[in-house]
Amino acid sequence: MDKPFAITLDPGSSLANKTGSWRTFKPVYLDRLPPCNATCPAGENIQGWLFHAESGDYEAAWRSLTENNPLPAIMGRVCYHPCEGACNRQHVDTAVGINSIERFLGDEAIRRGWAFPKPAVKTGKRVLVVGAGPSGLSAAYHLARLGHAVEVQEAGPYAGGMMRFGIPKYRLPREVIEAEVGRILDLGVVLRLNCKVSSIEQAMKEGQFDAAFLAVGAHIGKRAYIPAGTAAKMVDAVSVLRSMEGEEPPMLGRRVVVYGGGNTAIDVARTVKRMGAEPVIVYRRTRDKAPAHDFEIEEALQEGVMVKWLSTIKQAEEGEITIEKMALDEKGFPQPTGEFETLAADSVVLALGQDVDLGLLDGVPGLEVKDGTVQVGPNMMTGHPGIFAGGDMVPSERTVTVAVGHGKKAARHIDAWLRGTAYVPPPKPEIAGIEKLNTWYYSEAPHVVRPTLDILRRQSSFEEVVQGLDETNALFEARRCLSCGNCFECDNCYGVCPDNAVIKLGPGKRFEFNYDYCKGCGICATECPCGAIKMVAEGN
Amino acid sequence: MSFQPIKFYQTGTFTVGNRLLAPEERSVQASAKRFNSINSGHRACQGCGEALGARYAIDAAMEATQGRLIAANATGCLEVFSTPYPETSWQIPWIHSLFGNTAAVASGIAAAQKVKMKKGERRNIRVVAQGGDGGTTDIGFGCLSGMFERNDDVLYICYDNGGYMNTGVQRSSATPPAARTSTTPAAGAEPGNVFGQGKYLPAIALAHEIPYVATATVADLRDLEAKVRRAMEIRGARYIHILVPCPLGWGTAASDTVRMARLAKETGVFPVFEAEYGEIKSVLAIRHRLPVEDYLKPQKRYAHLFGKTPRIDVIARLQALADRNIRKYGLLGKEAN
Amino acid sequence: MLKQIEGSRAVAEAVALCRPEVICAYPISPQTHIVEALGEMVKDGALQDCEYLNVESEFAAMSVAIGASAAGARSYTATASQGLLFMAEAVFNAAGLGLPIVMTVANRAIGAPINIWNDHSDSLSMRDCGWLQLFAENNQEALDLHILAFRLAEELSLPIMVCMDGFILTHAYERVDMPTQAQVDAYLPPYEPRQVLDPAEPVSIGAMVGPEAFMEVRYLAHAKQMEALKLIPQYAAEFRKVFGRDSGGLLHTYRTEDADTVIVAMGSVLGTIKDTVDELRAAGQRIGVLGITCFRPFPIAAVAAALKQCKRFVVLEKSLAVGLGGILAVNVRMAVTGMGLKGYTVIAGLGGRAITQKSLHALFLKAATDELDLVTFLDLDWRVVNRQIEREKAHRRTGPVAEALLRDVGVVGVRNY
Repeated sequence: MDKPFAITLDPGSSLANKTGSWRTFKPVYLDRLPPCNATCPAGENIQGWLFHAESGDYEAAWRSLTENNPLPAIMGRVCYHPCEGACNRQHVDTAVGINSIERFLGDEAIRRGWAFPKPAVKTGKRVLVVGAGPSGLSAAYHLARLGHAVEVQEAGPYAGGMMRFGIPKYRLPREVIEAEVGRILDLGVVLRLNCKVSSIEQAMKEGQFDAAFLAVGAHIGKRAYIPAGTAAKMVDAVSVLRSMEGEEPPMLGRRVVVYGGGNTAIDVARTVKRMGAEPVIVYRRTRDKAPAHDFEIEEALQEGVMVKWLSTIKQAEEGEITIEKMALDEKGFPQPTGEFETLAADSVVLALGQDVDLGLLDGVPGLEVKDGTVQVGPNMMTGHPGIFAGGDMVPSERTVTVAVGHGKKAARHIDAWLRGTAYVPPPKPEIAGIEKLNTWYYSEAPHVVRPTLDILRRQSSFEEVVQGLDETNALFEARRCLSCGNCFECDNCYGVCPDNAVIKLGPGKRFEFNYDYCKGCGICATECPCGAIKMVAEGN
Repeated sequence: MSFQPIKFYQTGTFTVGNRLLAPEERSVQASAKRFNSINSGHRACQGCGEALGARYAIDAAMEATQGRLIAANATGCLEVFSTPYPETSWQIPWIHSLFGNTAAVASGIAAAQKVKMKKGERRNIRVVAQGGDGGTTDIGFGCLSGMFERNDDVLYICYDNGGYMNTGVQRSSATPPAARTSTTPAAGAEPGNVFGQGKYLPAIALAHEIPYVATATVADLRDLEAKVRRAMEIRGARYIHILVPCPLGWGTAASDTVRMARLAKETGVFPVFEAEYGEIKSVLAIRHRLPVEDYLKPQKRYAHLFGKTPRIDVIARLQALADRNIRKYGLLGKEAN
Repeated sequence: MLKQIEGSRAVAEAVALCRPEVICAYPISPQTHIVEALGEMVKDGALQDCEYLNVESEFAAMSVAIGASAAGARSYTATASQGLLFMAEAVFNAAGLGLPIVMTVANRAIGAPINIWNDHSDSLSMRDCGWLQLFAENNQEALDLHILAFRLAEELSLPIMVCMDGFILTHAYERVDMPTQAQVDAYLPPYEPRQVLDPAEPVSIGAMVGPEAFMEVRYLAHAKQMEALKLIPQYAAEFRKVFGRDSGGLLHTYRTEDADTVIVAMGSVLGTIKDTVDELRAAGQRIGVLGITCFRPFPIAAVAAALKQCKRFVVLEKSLAVGLGGILAVNVRMAVTGMGLKGYTVIAGLGGRAITQKSLHALFLKAATDELDLVTFLDLDWRVVNRQIEREKAHRRTGPVAEALLRDVGVVGVRNY
């Protein structure tokens, strides 16, 4: 074409004009820490595994999940999912059902028989893990994957610790525990049951262990002084729950009073309800002050468990107890009112918390025990070099998830300690709070409610109350993830740039800014749904 | 139905793309191979809504016509920032003639295509005309109306930023009431632009009963693309009026361009709908209804309403206009109507 | 083929023979008959492969032509007077973009006062817009010039106005020799645009050009138009070969060989002037005529050559540069700069005022004896003019001049004041 001078121009020739020189601020991509990940006591990369689940690659999701936590099927049932409490999606509609997806992945792994990869190298180091509860199993798993030879010594007849002795079947079927423990043992972890360690030093010496991780759990039910007649039947909750695992169920009678307001109290009440008894929970404060999770209280009430709020047991006799009504003072503490009531009771189950049996530590130099727990450093090591501890026996919140987290953390430090180095956790990026997000881009999609068992069967059987999601539901639920703080390749930045200054690198490769043309308007940062772009001042 | 429902995905339908969507369900803008009809290096201000809207619309039209498209462009920001000698940002055949004649130039191009097609000299090529609100609702109105009336095979796209921004933010007949411009200063008893004047061109286009009329914003890309696609399926005169916020003229942050368009739609200030042959066929419902203050407050052109003594009366009048839009166009969706 | 038809019809048929692809029409007298005829031809199928658009204004007409031409279609429109002014912005634009549009201007006066009759004020007001302007002397030339104009426009990639006197030519029935389609096809090749809007080779047409290149762009427009001065005689020669007659060219001389006095003019008035010159020649006056066909580009060298032998020239023009005198005259004077000729300007025939042989006869005799004023208004009614001037001296507020004058000449004014 014979183009007239200046009036007619060749296409796209403005590329010669590098408008990037206008910029005073520039956008940069970053990864922020999603609140779910930040809150997970087990240190799971929740968003990371949801990413795979969103595209239906459940095995990849499971593998990503189990990088941090080897017990997803268990977690998916018993974790109190603080992640969901932190989930930014609750500001859009309802939190993502992370826990239910975790369970789906855990169940899927059991169903399909997915196994962990065997460690590539052996370090030749031997580590003793005391206790096959969640913390011990978690530590054993991570240590094994790091190439260490691990032996777990468990005092009880089964693996699982408090997961088995403290959590009823209707919440956690035993075959789930067996499956997930079995998979850890498949890594080469040696499990010795009915093997109570009475002296850690001796056990280490005998087994020529280079390090030990103690996770014996809190199995001793706390007692409270209640004036009681000689014929009054009083047992502790842990014993009741433990006896459920044996051949002989406990003999508690028809009218069972459960004393306490924690999750264990609820578990016991629901357990005895299933055994045909009529449980009554007696708790000194109100429902909203009770430490038990509200959903568990709700489920218990649905199943017909009675609760006497604002009540303490003053006296226990054969066949009945006397309770005193309480009132909350202005500080929210229960105060006696002098008003009494009698209640028929064939037995009283005390659910007032548990203590740890620290007998195995006797004589170990350097250890510090305070308030019934072993003191550990930030690296989970006790005052005695090479002996680490975690789970219920160290000062911490006593949940399965925390315990699993301790196991992972301890394993990393043990590994470093064995190598003569120190494990330095990577710096945590800033948290992707809701204010960093542009939630406009997320369409409303309330979460999937997990189906629950029919009420009549819940009252009479130990079948699992809360059912799992099917694949469609799990996929839907996974896709509700907002991917807070981390690019999920929604193409928004690529689309909204008025200067075409975002380069799309292709699936999985995310994007890059073309600073030759980026004018620094910041629309990309404003319109990034998940807060994965921020504007920074240009240097000189 | 202008909206493309894609259910149950991580982020629903509202992002530009989504790795979870099948390629054919993604927006044109999500494609690494999109045309970038208006290329980098243009001289639009930071955060220019018109540059964005033009790429959205023309890329969608290019996609719909498999690249067989010619554009005529009115004088204005879009023309000035895209084609200063010796560089052009356009990657498509493009012509700028005058401020007020774009619709007619496009008619001429369309007439030429018709003849060339008839003679078998050229394959099917479609024509778009584009201009700002000044070039469309004011100086170009005569030619536009003529093009509509003749039902020439042209898609006319108006990028409405509510004023003559290129010449320094003067009032146009599309400037909203109470808005400050350099010719409607924020002074006197009724500061800013007057109430009760101006033109709402989409309604005028509707009155021509042309085959297709739609409004859109740069905040609803999928809707915008669906409308351009629909428009390109139809022969005859078509009109799409796109709200493109102007950081310079509106006094908003450059980073807020898309947000402002979204607020205009969510407050009911700017109704988003589509119509065929003079009848409204669908509206894009408000998702989260917001008061007009939310839209007005971030804009310096309305700063005089939020001074020491806020002009509650004026804000109420603007709210009433938004409410009327919501009522008239049924913007709260089916449930609310 | 010889035909006895109206000038407008002759032009329409000639345009149709040029195979136009897009025609835009907006009515304004006196060009309407041309586009009416073309509309009829398109509608009844006589003119095929042509889009005929009834537009809403002259501004749109030119704009449609711009779009069509830029998209590679041979484009045509016609206008006059107010219409030309209304499209003025687009007229300049078409030239600036280098689009070879051909437009008939049926020359007509410009208001106010509104006047539908012929003079050259309209196209001459557009003299610097970058279009070529060719003036037809008669209907044969009018139709021939259109054929030539398409060829020239497309060769140069510049638009051309073919100017013909409104009513005097457009509405006059004359015998014309209408060429055959084969002849026109032989002379006028299919349009091959210099630049075209085409997705196969996308370009941006109509860039914004700043001070760094604007002068060059304008110079190139000038240089390109000047090329026409070479091409027009060449095309006229080729025209003769194909059609067997002289038409077009830059200018025509008539009996100038030994003339002391040369009358310079454009358009249909040349016929009356030639008749008058014949009379004067018969009476022994050494007088001749120079008819200018190509007003833009102005053929300076050819005009100078044509006037080389004479002693004086009289430019008789149907246009007025208010506050100066003539328009054509100024152009002619520039051509003869330094030649030592006496030059006179005669403003004649404005708004359709008849230019009679009688008046010309007297005028030319006066000119021959150098008794003419520098600027003369032919057949001006001094009685009326002077009365108005007197009135204005007496009272500041005299009301509309046109109405006052009409009262004076008795057209309006049954009412007494």
